[in-house]
Amino acid sequence: MLVIHREICGYCGACVSVCPEGALELIDAYLEVDDNCISCGICTRACPLGALEVKDEE
Amino acid sequence: MRSEYDLLVIGGGPGGAIAAKTAAEKGLNVCLIEKRPAIGAPVRCAEGIGRELLEEFIEPDERWISSEIDGAKIIAPNGTALVLEPQMAGNEVGYILDRKVFDRELVWQAAEAGSDVMVKTRAISPLMKNGKVGGAHLEFCGIQRDVRAEVVIAADGVESKFARWCGIDTTIPYRELATCAQYLLTNIDIEPRTTIFYLGNRIAPEGYVWVFPKGERSANVGIGISPADCGPGQRPRDLLDAFVKSNLPTGRPIECVVGGVPVCEPLKSTVSDGLMIVGDAARVSDPLTGGGIYNAMFTGKLAAEVASECISRGDCSQKALEKYDSGWRDSRMGKALARNYRIKEFFIKLSDEKLNLLVESAAKINLKEFSTLTLIKELIVRNPSLLLELKSLRDSIR
Repeated sequence: MLVIHREICGYCGACVSVCPEGALELIDAYLEVDDNCISCGICTRACPLGALEVKDEE
Repeated sequence: MRSEYDLLVIGGGPGGAIAAKTAAEKGLNVCLIEKRPAIGAPVRCAEGIGRELLEEFIEPDERWISSEIDGAKIIAPNGTALVLEPQMAGNEVGYILDRKVFDRELVWQAAEAGSDVMVKTRAISPLMKNGKVGGAHLEFCGIQRDVRAEVVIAADGVESKFARWCGIDTTIPYRELATCAQYLLTNIDIEPRTTIFYLGNRIAPEGYVWVFPKGERSANVGIGISPADCGPGQRPRDLLDAFVKSNLPTGRPIECVVGGVPVCEPLKSTVSDGLMIVGDAARVSDPLTGGGIYNAMFTGKLAAEVASECISRGDCSQKALEKYDSGWRDSRMGKALARNYRIKEFFIKLSDEKLNLLVESAAKINLKEFSTLTLIKELIVRNPSLLLELKSLRDSIR
């Protein structure tokens, strides 16, 4: 699943633009992930700060 | 705020503001909404714009101009500098803006022209009427309401959602989103009227580092790279820190800016029934330079003009609004986008050795009669080893 490290996130929205599922939305300073996220990890590469991470589900 | 307008503009950046202003001046009832609590902040921009391009829209004003620029330098990976003097820098002559103030001025002008303005107000979903966009469901501080409109202009930037909710695929191929970090750096020795661009696959893979002066001893120092080359320890912020450490060690940041810039081709279509898309949301930022302020204002103005015509004729179908789409594609701006996309595709494939060769030979060319094609022609003559690549570049932009 996609984990947002909110202490790192700069709420810039770069990730939103590359999400193929439209699962991310930037609401002012808060990045929201929708249920339809497929954990593809594309957003983790687009983030300028490294705030996004795909973790294996326990 | 009323419940019905002629035009609803989503997003209060330069594209949205110029759209709202233009439409209000044409007598439309307009509402502009901005999801953030303040216009102009946080900044997501390196703030550069060409002089003539800016002056097409607004008289320059010292209140929102941080620096006047009359020259540029391009630095090759080996340190060779290509200096573009004022008389040949062309588009490099211009300004570094203070976007926090500039954006407010533009929205202020929209308001003065008669547009309603709502901040901290976001669109949650489009209102659909017979399969056409007919407004938006909005939220303001927890209060939700419907606002109907003949036309909605989506000016919601790189993180745009509205067009996608209306069924348009706005996904940027991830290699083609420049991922960026920038400091407003103070306490540095710079040439206050010169912008500097550093190239190199080690410094900034598939991108560049910029130094854009903001006054005498400070500058926007930033980097944009392709996510394809990104990873832990190799993110824009890491590479920027490395650059600052070795090139501007006395610098102290007073602002940290991050963001993404579309360097892809524009959306296949920037209109649908009752909907128009402008600026970064339409992916019309320049794929070579990353500049987007002018293109946003240009598309915002054109969209509002076409919307006004279509509303007065009572036909806001996709077909009627197409005039906007073909209008910007056929414009000088649209053609520059297509050409610069191809030039970008050429540059991102070059090794550092080839970049060095090109900058070295370009530095020797008398650039008084500067044009992209004559430059490429000269480069072909001087670089037989790059013959094939340069010829295909030349042919692609003819």
